[in-house]
Amino acid sequence: MNEETKQKIEQQLRDNPVLLYMKGSPDFPMCGFSAQTVAALRAVEAEFAHVNILEEPDLREALKAYSNWPTYPQLYINGELVGGCDIAVEMYNSGELKKMVAAND
Amino acid sequence: MNADAVAALIREAMPDARIEVRGDDGVHFEALVVSERFEGQATLQRHRTVYAALGELMGREIHAMSLQTLTPAELDAG
Repeated sequence: MNEETKQKIEQQLRDNPVLLYMKGSPDFPMCGFSAQTVAALRAVEAEFAHVNILEEPDLREALKAYSNWPTYPQLYINGELVGGCDIAVEMYNSGELKKMVAAND
Repeated sequence: MNADAVAALIREAMPDARIEVRGDDGVHFEALVVSERFEGQATLQRHRTVYAALGELMGREIHAMSLQTLTPAELDAG
């Protein structure tokens, strides 16, 4: 991963306390797992930013290496990888997701 | 890629685990992995362990993998 891409990722993570790297956009998700993760975030009324990795080919591979996580979506809260769709939905069901985004207001 | 091949790869890395993999279309799978090794680990760490077993296939030949990772005690607690 080149330094420029790494800095771009770190800048995005600094600027956006809740950030979802996804396929498509929240209103037009291009994959079912991205759609489910958006639904979980909306269900807890989270304010979140998104990056459509389909439009960012340089980020798409680099972020997998950066995070040591092989698939999308990837949800970050306060710069830390929380997980993919399964974990986001699990945390929604347990109430933990709501707490995490509320702590972040 | 079929579900048995995916299960075999996970089993190679985690011989102690109970592994069930489903998926008919060759690129999307669902897996249940039960192992003592997950004791004390957060879900993120558990998923990374399974993804690591699949290596470069994840995100390429395997488009998506829905994972449930439990310890035997968690499985019994249901």
